[in-house]
Amino acid sequence: MLVITALTVVRTASLFAVVMLSGVFSLLSALLLVTLDAVDVAFTEAAVGAGISTVLMLSTLALTSRHERPSKLSPVVPLFVVLVTGAALFYGTLDMPNFGSADAPAMLHVYPEYMERSQHEIGVPNVVTGILASYRGYDTLGETAVVFTAGVGVLMLLSGLRRRREDDEDDDGENQRGSG
Amino acid sequence: MHHHLILRVVTKLLVGTIILYALYVQFHGDYSPGGGFQAGVIMAVAFILYGVVFSLASVQQVFPPWLVHKLVALGVLIYAGTGVVSLFLGYNYLDYGAFTPHHPEHGQHYGILVVELGVGVTVTGVMVAIYYAFAGRTPVISDEEW
Amino acid sequence: MFEEFTWEFIVGHLNYWLFIVLMMTGLYIVVARSNLVKKLVGLNIFQVSVFMLYISMGKITGGTAPIFPTDMKVDPGVTYSNPLPHVLILTAIVVGIATTSLALALIVRIREEYNTIDEAGILEIESTICRAENQLHGEAMGGRA
Repeated sequence: MLVITALTVVRTASLFAVVMLSGVFSLLSALLLVTLDAVDVAFTEAAVGAGISTVLMLSTLALTSRHERPSKLSPVVPLFVVLVTGAALFYGTLDMPNFGSADAPAMLHVYPEYMERSQHEIGVPNVVTGILASYRGYDTLGETAVVFTAGVGVLMLLSGLRRRREDDEDDDGENQRGSG
Repeated sequence: MHHHLILRVVTKLLVGTIILYALYVQFHGDYSPGGGFQAGVIMAVAFILYGVVFSLASVQQVFPPWLVHKLVALGVLIYAGTGVVSLFLGYNYLDYGAFTPHHPEHGQHYGILVVELGVGVTVTGVMVAIYYAFAGRTPVISDEEW
Repeated sequence: MFEEFTWEFIVGHLNYWLFIVLMMTGLYIVVARSNLVKKLVGLNIFQVSVFMLYISMGKITGGTAPIFPTDMKVDPGVTYSNPLPHVLILTAIVVGIATTSLALALIVRIREEYNTIDEAGILEIESTICRAENQLHGEAMGGRA
C-alpha cells in the first residue's frame, strides 16, 4: 500500500492530489509504526505528517499553482542514479541482522542499560519520554531550538518585515500583497 | 466559507475537545504515548481548524499574533531556564534530580513535566505562527477554483 | 555468495528492502521532477521511509511498546522493543516538519519573485536576466559577454 501510494505520487500531475497522497502516505506509515511498537513515533507521525504538513502544503498551493508542468527532462539519468543508490543500499542490508531478532548488536549493550536504569533513575512509565527529556535532554533542547529557529525563519520570509523595507525603497509594488 | 453550516457547527463542538485532548497528551505524556511535541501540534491544530473554517481574523481575535510570537520564545526559555535552575542548585545542566535532592526520582518527574511544557508551548507557538504567516497572504487561486 | 539467501534470511530482510524501495521512490521524485512542491513531497516520502527503517531495527519479535505498568512493577518476563530509535526518530520528525515549513515558505517567496515554482522555469528566467546583464555591463567588464 505504501509503495502504491508512493508510485502514484510519481505519476500524478495535479499537485492537490499529490499533497493529499502525501497525507495518506503519512497515515499509512503511522499504522505501520504502531505495529512496530513505536506508539510515540506513530502518534507524532499521524499528527504531523497527516495533519500539520498537509495543511501547510495546501496553504502553499493556495499561494502558488495547482498543476505541475510536464517535465522536459529525460527520466533515464535519474532512474540510473536511483537504481545505483538502491543497489548500494541493498548491498548494505546484507550484513544487517534479521528483522525482530533479539540478539542484534543494537539490543545487547545500550538497550538493556537504558531499560534497567530508567526504572529506578527516572521512574516514569513511558521509557521514550524518560529518555527524550532526561537522558537526552540536550538533544531535545536542540530540537526545540531548531523548531524555534524555523518559526523565526518562516516569519522573516513571509511576514511584514519585507514589506516595511519595501515601503522605504518604494519599488516593486507587486510584492506588497502580504499583510503579515 | 460562510455557507458551510455543518462544518461550522461541528468545528465549534470539536475545538474544545481537541484542546482538552492536547492538554491530556501534554500532562499524561509520562504514562502514555505522547508528550510536549505531540500536544503542541494537536493544540495548534485546534486553532488552525478554527481559522480554516471561520476566518483568520476571528482566530486572531482569540489568539492574537503578538501572543503567539511571545509563546514561541517563552517555550525555549522555559526549557533552557530549567537547566539553568538545576545549574544554580549545584547540579549538572538539565539534571532534574536537583529539584528534590532527597528523592531524585520525583525531581526527574517534575523536570520532565516542566521541560515537556516548554516543548509544547514552543511547538504550539511556532505551528500557529507559521499558519498565520501562510494564511495572512492573499491567495492567488480563489475559493471556487478548488 | 548466494548460499546465504535462505528463506529465513529473505523474510528477515524484507522490511529493509521495502523501505529501500520507498526511499528510492522518494529520491526519484526529488531528482526527476522539476516542480518544487512535488520535490518536497518526494523528500517527505524519503524521510518517512528512513524513519521506518530505523524503527524496524528496534523491533523485537514478541516485544511490546516500551511503556512500563503505571505502578512501575516491571515483569521481567515481558520483552520491550528498543526505545532508543523511537527517541531519535521523534526528534527527527520534529526537525523534519520545521525544515519542511521553512522550505514551503521559501517556495512561496520564490513564486512571488519568479511567478513560477518550476525549476526549469526559474533557470530560464535566471539565464535571461544573466544574459541581459552581461550585454549591459559586458564591455565595462572586458567584453566577456
